[in-house]
Amino acid sequence: MNSGAMPQEPAEGWAVRRARRGLWALAGERLLEGLIYLCGISAIVFVLGIFFFVFREAFPVLGKENFSLTQFLFSEQWYPTSATNKRYGVLAMIAGTLSVTALAMVLAVPFGLGAAIYISEFCGSRVKETLKIVIELLAAIPSVVWGFVGLTVMSRLIVQYTGAPVGVNILNGGIILALMSVPIIVSIGEDALKAVPDQYREAGIALGATRWQLVWRVLLPAAKTGLLAAVLLGVGRAVGETMAVLMATGHAVHIPHSLLDSVRTLTANIAAELGEAPEGSDHYRVLFLTGVLLFTLTFIVNLTADFIVRGIRKK
Amino acid sequence: MSSSSSQRFTATPLSRRKARQEALARWIFCGMAVAMIVPLLLIVGYLFERAWPSLSLSFLLEVPARGMTEGGIWPALVGTIYLVFLSLAVSAPIGILAAVYLNEYAGDHWFNRLINLAVINLAGVPSIVHALFGLGAFVYAARFGYSIVSASLTLAIMTLPVIIASTREALASVPRSFREACWNVGATRWQTIRAVVLPNSISGILTGVILQVSRAAGETAPIMFTGAVFYKVVQKGDFFAYGLHQQCMALSMHLYTLSTQVPGVKESIPFATAVVLLGAVLLVNATAIALRVYLRARKRW
Amino acid sequence: MAEPPCIEIRDLRLAYGPKEVLRGISLDVLPNEIFGVIGPAQSGKTSLLRCLNRTIDFVPTARVQGTIRVDGDEVRRTKDVFALRRKIGMVAPLPVGLPLSIYDNVAFAPRCAGLTRKADLEAMVEQCLRQAALWEEVKDRLDSLGTRLSGGQQQRLTIARALSHQPEILCLDEFSIAIDPVTTMRIEEVLKELRAHMTIILVTNLTQQARRLADRTLFLWNGEIVELDRTDVIFSEQPANRKTYEYVNGIFG
Repeated sequence: MNSGAMPQEPAEGWAVRRARRGLWALAGERLLEGLIYLCGISAIVFVLGIFFFVFREAFPVLGKENFSLTQFLFSEQWYPTSATNKRYGVLAMIAGTLSVTALAMVLAVPFGLGAAIYISEFCGSRVKETLKIVIELLAAIPSVVWGFVGLTVMSRLIVQYTGAPVGVNILNGGIILALMSVPIIVSIGEDALKAVPDQYREAGIALGATRWQLVWRVLLPAAKTGLLAAVLLGVGRAVGETMAVLMATGHAVHIPHSLLDSVRTLTANIAAELGEAPEGSDHYRVLFLTGVLLFTLTFIVNLTADFIVRGIRKK
Repeated sequence: MSSSSSQRFTATPLSRRKARQEALARWIFCGMAVAMIVPLLLIVGYLFERAWPSLSLSFLLEVPARGMTEGGIWPALVGTIYLVFLSLAVSAPIGILAAVYLNEYAGDHWFNRLINLAVINLAGVPSIVHALFGLGAFVYAARFGYSIVSASLTLAIMTLPVIIASTREALASVPRSFREACWNVGATRWQTIRAVVLPNSISGILTGVILQVSRAAGETAPIMFTGAVFYKVVQKGDFFAYGLHQQCMALSMHLYTLSTQVPGVKESIPFATAVVLLGAVLLVNATAIALRVYLRARKRW
Repeated sequence: MAEPPCIEIRDLRLAYGPKEVLRGISLDVLPNEIFGVIGPAQSGKTSLLRCLNRTIDFVPTARVQGTIRVDGDEVRRTKDVFALRRKIGMVAPLPVGLPLSIYDNVAFAPRCAGLTRKADLEAMVEQCLRQAALWEEVKDRLDSLGTRLSGGQQQRLTIARALSHQPEILCLDEFSIAIDPVTTMRIEEVLKELRAHMTIILVTNLTQQARRLADRTLFLWNGEIVELDRTDVIFSEQPANRKTYEYVNGIFG
């Protein structure tokens, strides 16, 4: 069966042992690995770059005597183009962002987590695949399309059913943002539920628990940090969203008192005014400062969510 | 004994209540899942219905007319294609190589954890902050001006995390035993990656690139202040309409402009624009999904 | 015993984080012998092999101390770790057919070493597949995927791959776990022929396999050498250590 022809070592040595890689191949590999390393650290470079360039444009305004940081954060007076009395307070915008985000989360969290539970625990594998694809498609819809939907469809519905004078308001933006952040909540939430060991489920079922009891008493407590991370990432998405809220929340710069008030968010404010602010003006720099604020805010939210997720994985 | 065993499986009030509870929970959760899908379908259906009067091939090929109140979307379509492919050309190689570094070379080192955090944060930075960055870095600091180059670079950095994440996932799905087998016979890391890891994850990487296309095509905020304009004169059907240092129109920007800035637009035109944008993005995504499903079916091990 | 040892290990210690796996191993492996290593699971057999060809480098938490010399060359300070790995053929417990064609599976290592001439490669592939007793079964379908072969065939493919870089030392790590007894016997025949050309380290959990093949046998337990002697001594009624007798006779372990 074996050929039995075990060749003796040739006089000039084995071919493989004599073989050497060409200089070009070696140099090429070095070069490529250097390139790979550079690309690897590029993410850090970009994040630092974003902070640097946004901060660089904002920085000069911090020293101006007619600008104060406390006023920026805690005043609701925003008169950037006034000839005599310029005021740069973004409190109203902060309130706008918070109110829209809060409403979006109130709507999106129960639905998102409910859908995550349904996908993870209740439905069959075929339905599961379909739902996951739908969620992926939902996540892919561009924000400007959502904004357009808010501006046309949703605002008409809101005027029709609530009798509000204008349809672009907190309610509209909240619903749109909720629809936009549901996919991320569902997918991260489903991951969190998937991470609960199957033994827990088996033990629960062995004790005669119904699936509902299993979810309520076993899975939710076991997965709660992961679900929290899902919610946080949803918040991050909602806070950072620009085009949809720009088109769907109206443009009133004031602290809202009801769901049907129009507001302006931090992101929408930048998008709406950056085009009109001359380069290098105080107005322009304050808008960049708002960018720094947003960057910091989402940085904290994402970092927290990441630490939570990582904590789960370690367990 | 026999009497008790015959009773063992009959319904007790408790078990009936439990069953009711179970059914209720099931329906509620199912309802929540459905509540996500139904709006999607309704919205798409509504948009489509309203857009119908304008949807035609000539709508794609015509240029806007009469102060953008009539005509088609050709310049915006071409602009979006320019932006997407230029940004792809920048971010796909960087993203893929970065993922290779993170998955194949990086050990569990504080610096590499830092890189991971950076990628996560890059994904979470609001799009409008990317726009500010693009304006500050590319338009002013690098003196590219308001141009396709600036806008594409901004888009490229913004979509980088998408490609990094999906490429890493694809690379991680190649079993470690393959790598070990290669190392055992004296292959270098790169030889291993080249011969075994990349060929077996190329499809997943491709999926990531496709997803990146859809993401880049839909973004508005980052290009708004770096290179996209409301309107530009372009000949009908002219594909080479823009130079790289010119500004361009883009589909997403066009939709924003039509729906908020231009009075008296023929009603179905913004809807048709939205449908084209949505359709393009969903089509691209569906392609990625189909590719993934198809490839999962023919794995090589 | 004038011949210099082929592998020289002195006071080798290895720890994964706080967990010590090898606690001071010292031994010599002579050229052209079959060196059996037996011992229960978790006794450090696989780790020993991984130190030898430095794939231990890929375990982030591993810490190695002590010296290993292969042909007098200090393994932990070697200039060219890839040449070192080519000097040592390694066969893992579970067969790994790379998702390449059968031909490419075997030609992979020579190509990595820099061998590019087609005629050389073809001759090499045929010779290695013959040595691994696989040639007759696959010679007509060298283009089909290595992962599509049966378990036993894949294991022989793995051996062919380990031979393809013409190693001086062949390490087999429990190669018979995943294959049937008939194939095992065939591979054992192959090993007997190969020992004329190379040193073979045979890690096995089948003590009888070591008894059939090995010239000398090492009994490793809990990261320490319990006994190292000629195989007939280890398997005799009176090995130097009582534990050895108990282990090879299935009384403990």
